[in-house]
Amino acid sequence: MSGAAAARRWRGPAALIVGLLVLWQLLYLLAGEVALRTPAQTVAYTLSLVPQDAFWTHVEESATAFGAALAIAVASGLAIGLLLGFHRLSGDVGEPMLVAVYSIPKVTLYPIVLLAFGLGMPAKIAFGAIHGFVPIALFTINAVRNIRPILVKTGRVLRLGPIETATRILLPAALPEIFTGLRIGFALTLIGTLLGEMFASQRGLGYMLMNAIGLHNVDVIMSVTFLLIVFAAVVSSILLRIDRALHRRF
Amino acid sequence: MTRTGNRIALLRIAVLAAAVGLLEVLCRTGVIDNFTMPPPSRIVRDLAAILASGTLMPAILKTLGNAATAFVLAVSVGVTAAVLIHAFRGLREALDPLFATYYAIPVLAFYPLLIILFGLGDVPQIVIAFMLGVVAVIVNTLNGLDRVPRVLLKTARIHRMTPLEIASRVTLPYAVPHVLTGVRLAIAYSLIGIVGSEFIMSKGGMGFEIAFAYMSFDNATMYPLILLILVVSITANLLLAAWERTLLARRGLR
Repeated sequence: MSGAAAARRWRGPAALIVGLLVLWQLLYLLAGEVALRTPAQTVAYTLSLVPQDAFWTHVEESATAFGAALAIAVASGLAIGLLLGFHRLSGDVGEPMLVAVYSIPKVTLYPIVLLAFGLGMPAKIAFGAIHGFVPIALFTINAVRNIRPILVKTGRVLRLGPIETATRILLPAALPEIFTGLRIGFALTLIGTLLGEMFASQRGLGYMLMNAIGLHNVDVIMSVTFLLIVFAAVVSSILLRIDRALHRRF
Repeated sequence: MTRTGNRIALLRIAVLAAAVGLLEVLCRTGVIDNFTMPPPSRIVRDLAAILASGTLMPAILKTLGNAATAFVLAVSVGVTAAVLIHAFRGLREALDPLFATYYAIPVLAFYPLLIILFGLGDVPQIVIAFMLGVVAVIVNTLNGLDRVPRVLLKTARIHRMTPLEIASRVTLPYAVPHVLTGVRLAIAYSLIGIVGSEFIMSKGGMGFEIAFAYMSFDNATMYPLILLILVVSITANLLLAAWERTLLARRGLR
């Protein structure tokens, strides 16, 4: 890519980041020391958290819950998506139900999840996974259904075995769509896990946030919010890049 | 609807009925104990009792009212913003990466900050619900505006319409089905925002009552309220989906 094109590609995100920082600083000037911190103060406080063990315990707790939730969401989402995608009738019956599940406010279900799994890690993982698996399943169904029949026919003409058909034709053809589902599933799983920690838990970054509200510790609130948002934005931008590259290839 | 379409719809209802029936049996036989979940028939009866007694009406009205406020704000601001963003290319380029990653950001993480800014009341909840919903409306409206055929724009120019007239009489009406997709999402998001923030910290509302009932093992209140929220959101969604279908059918698109 030429220098000018690269510059153009980064111009949008760069303008956005500068704009958000200016907005943040202005909000600080409006709301004052009681409610907010400046971007510089927030970054400084975030860096001061890094050497603290207590902070890492919370990070580890959240990371474990999120990792497990994501693994379950991806595995179950792919399994359900492949099943409903390849089996026409169950797909026709099941897909609208998944869409309905996608559009209900799932936060309301959290107390039920808590009753079923008990307070602690399993409930957080379950709640994260419930948020994440639906988009992964929905996108996988569409990916499988939209594989062009001519590709499969070509495979048959070339006398590919079932395994070779799967790895050389079906997977590459369905991958871009499935990846979009994974990207959205990643975001929703993160939101679900955090919600679980904010509503009822004793550890994790969500808990740290809630505890800080109780103590009116603006530094902690700003830093943890900042960290979570930077993490979510960076990872999902990278996933979006890969997503677009995959789509462009086909 | 075709015959196979009917059969599939029937199958779907059968699957749902079987699932609810299975839950009923599991609850009644004690496989799922009543501390975890009362039988579905019980939940429906409890809901009727709650609605008839009216003691929780203030909470229900508060939540639905706040959600409606956030929803109306999200839709009106979202559509207006989309029209403006559509008109300015530079703004669009700067905001596109925000829209693409927006729903990866846990917006509810801003709730603590908003409580500090506005105090513990309705305002931070409405702001959260608005923030969740507005971007879905903007993105889908933009998507619709992008698809307006050029011939319509040319016709508008021949008739010497002002930009305001073009937006209100040509481009927005054309984009309505796409806007409706955003509107449906905004319904779910405004409920998520209000109920979610009521769960986390609040002084009243359905989310508060559900959380309170959870803490005091009061399943006779918790489950009916959850059911009510689900019924409200599913009903609103189905109504809008039906409207969307008639709009598309009128244009011969489906």
